[in-house]
Amino acid sequence: MPITGTQLVFLVIALATVASAFMVVTSRNLFHAALWLVAVFFGVAAVYATLEAEFLAVVQVLIYIGAISTLIVFATMLTRGMMLGRMPMRNYQWAISAVVSALLFVALVLVLFQINWPVVQAAVPDNTVAMIGEALVTSYVIPFLAVGVLLSVALIGAILIARER
Amino acid sequence: MVPLSWYLVLAAALFSLGLYGALSRRNAIAVLMGVELILNAVNINLVAFNRFIVPAAVNGQIFALFVLAVAAAEAAVGLALIIAIYRTRDTVNLEDADLMKG
Repeated sequence: MPITGTQLVFLVIALATVASAFMVVTSRNLFHAALWLVAVFFGVAAVYATLEAEFLAVVQVLIYIGAISTLIVFATMLTRGMMLGRMPMRNYQWAISAVVSALLFVALVLVLFQINWPVVQAAVPDNTVAMIGEALVTSYVIPFLAVGVLLSVALIGAILIARER
Repeated sequence: MVPLSWYLVLAAALFSLGLYGALSRRNAIAVLMGVELILNAVNINLVAFNRFIVPAAVNGQIFALFVLAVAAAEAAVGLALIIAIYRTRDTVNLEDADLMKG
């Protein structure tokens, strides 16, 4: 099976994302790990773009790269005593964790190649952004409101927990 | 076109790496990074299933949006807790955060 241009682009994105994720979990410097995490988020946004989910790609860049990674970088710098690599970054159970994670990956890959997914060959509609907006205020309105309440509560709770006493 | 299984392999790899990070790190912020990797892997699966199995609908993308909102709330509260622990115990090492251990 020859590899097409789209597949080549996907392979490059996927390899870069997995390599960055590997650096996130193995980097000894916590600040470097945070920067590699930004690379992973960017790779995932590119994967959404290859899946023709433009809205999610933009939201991924805004929320994950714009907000969450900024939060993580701030928290890293506020607790900087731990980030200089004087202590080992791994705990005593890292070897068994690595074995379990590798076994999980092998099991997932073996299972997903045995299942015959009901793939449909069809084009994506042009107006997915409008469809997402409409679904959020019609069939998904209750979860949408619940997420709004959750975000407000999380915001107030985060301020209460982290403020100076 | 890229086959569905490639996306699922990518998501499985990200999930396994995130699991390893969440289980093996001593620093609480690094554990949170592992959890973020896991959530991203799940979102890739949701969007890929949406694209390949029900291309005319957007249900998978909406689920991914909800996962993203919950991830944002989780990151905010988790980092606030880490900063509170750092302030009271002067550490973000999870092995030292044993206040509730019997």
